[in-house]
Parts: sequence; structure tokens; C-alpha cells
Amino acid sequence: MSDAKGLTRQQMCDRLAMEFEDGWIVNLGIGIPTLCSNYDFGDRQIIFHSENGVVGYGPLTAPGKEDLHLVNAGGQHVTMNPGSAIVHHADAFGMIRSGRIDVTVLGAYEVAENGDFANWKMAGQKGGGIGGAMDLAACAKHVFVAMEQTTRRGAPRLVERCAIPVTAKGAVDLVVTNYGLFEITPDGMALKEIAPGISVDEVKATVGCYLIVPAEVPPVRMRG
Amino acid sequence: MPKSKIYPSFDVAVADIPDNVTIGFGGFAVVGQPVNLYGALAKQGAKGLICVSNGTRGGSTLPEDAPTMEWLIKNDQVVKVVCAFTAPTRASQRLVFSEYYESGRIDAELVPQGTLAERMRAAGAGIPAFYTPAAVGTELAEGRETRVFNGRQYLLEEALPLDYAFVRAYQADSFGNLRFRRSQRNFNPIMAMAAKVTIVEVEEDILPPGAIDPDDVHLSGIFVHRLVKVPPAPEGWWPMRPAEVAARNAELAKAQGDAR
Repeated sequence: MSDAKGLTRQQMCDRLAMEFEDGWIVNLGIGIPTLCSNYDFGDRQIIFHSENGVVGYGPLTAPGKEDLHLVNAGGQHVTMNPGSAIVHHADAFGMIRSGRIDVTVLGAYEVAENGDFANWKMAGQKGGGIGGAMDLAACAKHVFVAMEQTTRRGAPRLVERCAIPVTAKGAVDLVVTNYGLFEITPDGMALKEIAPGISVDEVKATVGCYLIVPAEVPPVRMRG
Repeated sequence: MPKSKIYPSFDVAVADIPDNVTIGFGGFAVVGQPVNLYGALAKQGAKGLICVSNGTRGGSTLPEDAPTMEWLIKNDQVVKVVCAFTAPTRASQRLVFSEYYESGRIDAELVPQGTLAERMRAAGAGIPAFYTPAAVGTELAEGRETRVFNGRQYLLEEALPLDYAFVRAYQADSFGNLRFRRSQRNFNPIMAMAAKVTIVEVEEDILPPGAIDPDDVHLSGIFVHRLVKVPPAPEGWWPMRPAEVAARNAELAKAQGDAR
């Protein structure tokens, strides 16, 4: 982790999971976003969709209890909730491209103030790891990003324009970092909520774009 | 009577594969990956291969000594890969493929995963090309044909036909009708439909016709040509639990240390 300040990764994902509405079909990217499935949704029914065709998967399996024929898109052994279905890859992506996915939560290297984001190719890298991210980013109804506020070297990840190749243009709605919750608005990047122990000045000092900051910034909503 | 689709071994099933063909390898994060067929093809030695798969290795739940596309790459059998991942997803990870790609010994075509699946589905459905919204506005779309439908921009993608598909299935009957189990299905039926010749490693004993209810067939035997029953371990490769993989890798590392 580049910076232990502010929210934990679980708290970041909990905050995004609070936005999921009853009945939503949700696709979680590998890495930090997978933690969204740990959130207690209470009465809300959330259907987790995975690129490899698992629709309706449940919690991770306990060690020794794995079904060796069943993984989610991150290759983690999962369980299946009652009412689950299996489809093949082309159908799983048919669900994505035809707009059936209400929200995808993805990791990213950079998010720009216009909603562009980059998550498939690191600077200077030959090749890349796209996976399902370009299909999801282009077609999900909402695109949320969960990532650290800065790189390991302290460079901003919230930027004016992406410096590395983008995954999709103008796609991102909402970003959570360990420093707070940010919304991409028609006017640019807005700070919506701030992590405990982090000041507005610290947030401003760690972004690479103009930040819209309301007079009062509420703390990040926590679970429970 | 047509020739039986049941082959006695993986070696026999891949024996006639010539050089310079395109092969699709099914599987996603190890599940449904044709691990035994990778091993047989590495032994067989066909060269000039274009390999189509989600990635160049598979998931982390394979022990270090399990056959993967990396065996074919190290054997200099591969000239090009067509994948949704052509770089590691973590900075700490190293892929055998990357060494060959970075030094220019292997070419690569990086394709968004849904586009990869649909290009093969199209090939299997007799459709030469289609438009998709994925990758519009990205580096991958530069210089390529796009078209606007209903006010939205789409990218033209061409079908991806295969000469061979290597797949793994749970059950088969002697006609080649297949059933997959859980997330084993993934790319497997699509690759089979896109291929001229589909070779299947089958987990359960190959069943007589009628043993799989027609309503339960996931892939018609029309798309399937060769079946091989996976023998018990250690002769055949079977999926392992993460803890078993870790133990196996530790054993391998120790053996390597002792050898030094």
C-alpha cells in the first residue's frame, strides 16, 4: 500500500457498496474492488456478475472447501447463491455490452477530471492487461473506481488528463480513495466526502487537477 | 460408421497438428484450462503457432510444473498470441511470455476480453465482422474503422476463426456432446464453435449416446472432433486446491535448491 493514511481498502469498498441499489447487477474488478462483496447489504438483493459467466456468486469459500470448477473473474474460489446461473463467456459479455450491468467497480492507475481513466497499461510497459475492463467501462450504467490516492512514489492518481493510455473516455462517475470520495461532475472533479484524519489541504496537495470543494465537506460515511 | 471421436491418449489426439496453425486454448483462471493438451502439444513440437487464449499462463492456482502456454513459448513453438492479457497484472509478477515479447521473439495482439469472445463466437456463427462499443476512444482503436449507430460510436471487429480448439469439459458422450461444470464453460464452447477441429480433455468416463439428456447438452457434438479421457493423477493433470498448489510449489522450490 502506497499510503496507510485515511481509509482502509475495506472501508473504501464499503463506501462504494453503500451506493448499490436493491436489485442491481454488479461486476467487481480484480484487486481492491473485490472487497465490495464483503459489505453487508441487509435486505438489498445484489447480484454479482463475473466475466467468466458466473451470475449470482456469493462469498469466498473457506480453505479446503473450494469447488475447483468455480471461480470469479479474479480467479478466487467463490460460492453460488440460490438462483445463480452459469453462462459462457460470449453471453457474459453480451450482458455487459447490452447494458445489463448496473455498476462496475474497477481499480485504476489514473482517473481524469473528465471521467477518462486508465487501468490496463502501466507507463513504459509493452503489452497490457485489459481483461474485461474496456467492455465494462464502455457499457456499464455506472463506473466506480477504487484506488489509492497516490502512487507508491506519491504522484497523484486523480489528474487533469490521463498520461497513460485510457481504458475508456468519460466513463467514471465516482471514485473512492483512502483520502475520500470524489464525484466526476460536468464541472470537473468534486470532493464529496473526506476520510477521517485527512485535511482538505492534504487532499488538494495530492491531486493533479482542480478540485471542487464545498464549504463543508462531510466525513466519509461508514458502515453501521 | 464414421470414425470414432474417442482417442486413446493426448499424444495421439495432437499427433497430426501441423506447423503454422491457429489454436484456441479455453479456460479461465485455470478452470476449464486444457492443461493436459498443453503438455501433449509441447511434446509434439508443432511450430509457428498462433495461440489464442485469455492470457499466456492461466491463474495462480496451477503449480509451477503444470503445463501451460509457457511450455510452448519456451519451446519456441509460438510466433504470436492473441489475448486479453499480454502483461502481468501486478508489478511483482513476471511472465515467461514477457521476456519473449519484450525481446521481439513473439508478436502479440491485445484484445478486450468481450471482443475476444465475440470474435470467436462470430467465427462460429458464420458472421465475418461486427461493431462493438468496447475500446472506442482508446489506443486500440487508433486508425481503425468506426461507425456511428443511434448516435454512438462503435469499432469494427473481425471474426477470429481457429484451426484447432483445445478445451476441457466435465462430461462427454461418444458423439462429442459436452457438458461443462460451473465456471468451466467460459471460453470453451465458443472456441469449439470457431474451430475446424476441436480436441477435448474430458474429466468423467466418456458416456454412451443418450446418457446426457439432450436438454442438458451445453455444446453439440457437431463442434467436437476428438475426445480424450483425463487419466488419474499423476499421469493426468487435475485441478488442485490453493493449499495443495502452495505445498507443491514449496516442494519444487526445495528440490531445485537441493539440486544446486
